[in-house]
Amino acid sequence: MNSTVPDIFRPSPSHLRLLSVAAFLAFGAGCTERGQAVRVEGGNVDAGKKLVTQYQCGACHAIPGIPAATGDAGPPLDAVGRMNYIAGGIPNQPARLVAFLRDPPALKPGTSMPALGLTEQEARHMAAYLYTLR
Amino acid sequence: MIEDTLQSVLHPAGWDAAIIRQFAWVMFAGAAVIFVAVMALLALSLRRHERPVRPMLWIAGGGIAFPLVVLSALLVWSTWRSAQLVPQSSNGALAISVTAKLWWWDVRYRDPESGREIVAANEIHVPVGQAVYVGLNSADVIHSLWIPALAGKRDMIPGRVTGLTLRAEKPGIYRGQCAEYCGAQHARMALQVVALAPADYKAWLARQALPAASPTSPQLERGRAVFLEQRCQSCHTIRGVAETAQLGPDLTHVGSRKEIGAGVLRTHEGTLAGWVADPQAVKPGVFMPAASGIDGASLRALAAYLAHLK
Repeated sequence: MNSTVPDIFRPSPSHLRLLSVAAFLAFGAGCTERGQAVRVEGGNVDAGKKLVTQYQCGACHAIPGIPAATGDAGPPLDAVGRMNYIAGGIPNQPARLVAFLRDPPALKPGTSMPALGLTEQEARHMAAYLYTLR
Repeated sequence: MIEDTLQSVLHPAGWDAAIIRQFAWVMFAGAAVIFVAVMALLALSLRRHERPVRPMLWIAGGGIAFPLVVLSALLVWSTWRSAQLVPQSSNGALAISVTAKLWWWDVRYRDPESGREIVAANEIHVPVGQAVYVGLNSADVIHSLWIPALAGKRDMIPGRVTGLTLRAEKPGIYRGQCAEYCGAQHARMALQVVALAPADYKAWLARQALPAASPTSPQLERGRAVFLEQRCQSCHTIRGVAETAQLGPDLTHVGSRKEIGAGVLRTHEGTLAGWVADPQAVKPGVFMPAASGIDGASLRALAAYLAHLK
């Protein structure tokens, strides 16, 4: 295992248990009924949609509901709100998604997605919007 | 901070555009008044009349005298106003050359210091309050330059140099558009005219005359290496790095431009990476091929380097 990868990505039974508890808490807290989007604390869905449009995430991602978002350099985001993992192995939890949006290579070295200099608040809005895509 | 404005003939920011707007409103208002009057007469004619109408009066008056007077007045007035349009001449004007290509704009300035050509793309910078003669040409098919807020249209014809004089009256960013259907991506062939105060224009031109910024970090260093490894220089010039090819837009100061892909994406690391990775997904049919075999970290480094070229 690469030493630059944070400890938490190393699968060990205790970690997995911890992760599943964390995932349960994260999803359980925001998801009161089946089909409802995960909530991101301090994130506003409409503001997030605007930001996703303005930053033109569609240059790399196909995103339903965003005009001209037809890129194929990155994965389509049509179901990102119900995926278990993002970026091929990072648990899809609000805090992780926000951190990934702010600095993708820090969470996944080798990714082709650059850090765009988003603020924490911008990333929270965008994550809130992304969780509605399901 | 200069403002981005609507692409609109109704919001002129240039001398000619203001005259053209006046023509449009006078014609529209006059036509509306005449239309309403004719409709009113038509409605009246359907009523019973005590006295018979005098047809000769209406034919001679409404059909001959009225149009003669109105059209003559319009002719005199429009001739007088047209004479006030900025003369279409390079004489005494700042000359900038614009060549339309499928589907982007090659823009060249003359450096007043060295006399050398400064090549940019998809943005025309002009000083406010000064006549700018834009020499127009096309490298492939017929295009047309139209910046509604500044002036009328002028076709760009292969093998023939035409020209258009622009005079911006206030600083701002004015969107323009190819106005002659030119192929699959005609609709995505836009450009921006950035009108700056004369001193700002001079400073801007001096910065554009400089060769590309040197990398200031290992990441940017790598980005420049990736540019060369991937043979981007087969089509693109970056002054000071590789200067042989002119097929694609000059990238010497690409990071300073507001948009890439001729108005398709706003310039930042993310859009640059997406564009390089697969321009065909964003602007299908464009001549630039999708990158192949470029790993994620290298793509990021390249995008960072290009964004750094301010």
